[in-house]
Amino acid sequence: MMAEKDSDKNPESMTIIAFSGDLDKLWPTVILSSTAAANGMDVTVFFTFWGLFPLVKDDVRITGHDAMTKMLAGMNAPGMKKAKLSKMEMGGMGHWMMRKVAKKNNLLPPEDLFVMCQDMGVNMWPCQMTMDLLGIKPEQMIDGLGEPAGAATALARMSKSQINLFI
Amino acid sequence: MDDVNRTIDARGQKCPMPVLLVAKAAKEMQSGELVRLEATDGGARSDIPAWASQTGNEIVSSSESDGVLTFTIRKK
Repeated sequence: MMAEKDSDKNPESMTIIAFSGDLDKLWPTVILSSTAAANGMDVTVFFTFWGLFPLVKDDVRITGHDAMTKMLAGMNAPGMKKAKLSKMEMGGMGHWMMRKVAKKNNLLPPEDLFVMCQDMGVNMWPCQMTMDLLGIKPEQMIDGLGEPAGAATALARMSKSQINLFI
Repeated sequence: MDDVNRTIDARGQKCPMPVLLVAKAAKEMQSGELVRLEATDGGARSDIPAWASQTGNEIVSSSESDGVLTFTIRKK
């Protein structure tokens, strides 16, 4: 046997900037992240702007520190289970239909795939600036996330990643 | 036939589950052990070989009958 263990090697790396909080964009984010982790890659997802709302616990009804940020949260219901479609949402019908179709086809919902990502060691980093901007408090967010980070941290990661995606 | 150490039934499950399940099993297995995967997701036809080549695990055999894809994989 060789002395060097596999874990000593630098794994390949993927970084995703999760900008959109839309249901139909959460799916590729968690599918690619979990699969990359299964492939032995070091994976980080940096959640920023609208991408932050799905990281809020589903039972938190509203976030924000003033009228304006509360209104924004009202228009972008926080929580992964409340995520809407990016197109053809039709006042709530869209994401409901999409989830029905997914279930019928045995595609796991994003919240389940998200947990699998976490089990496989995918780093989930919330954007500190967006948290401040939108008034989203750490205690309102789901467990198991990484430390809130900024643009420089995300870029440092991206500069070392073979795959960088903006979703 | 029964020389495999583990069998994974991923029939009916969609992408990315077949890959995730086989990766999880491989993680828990010893080097040289065999795992058999059964899947019905057509994506697995190319996904499992892609996963194997990415991770260095070896596909010992693969077959397809009645819509069920069967892979036998040796853990690196």
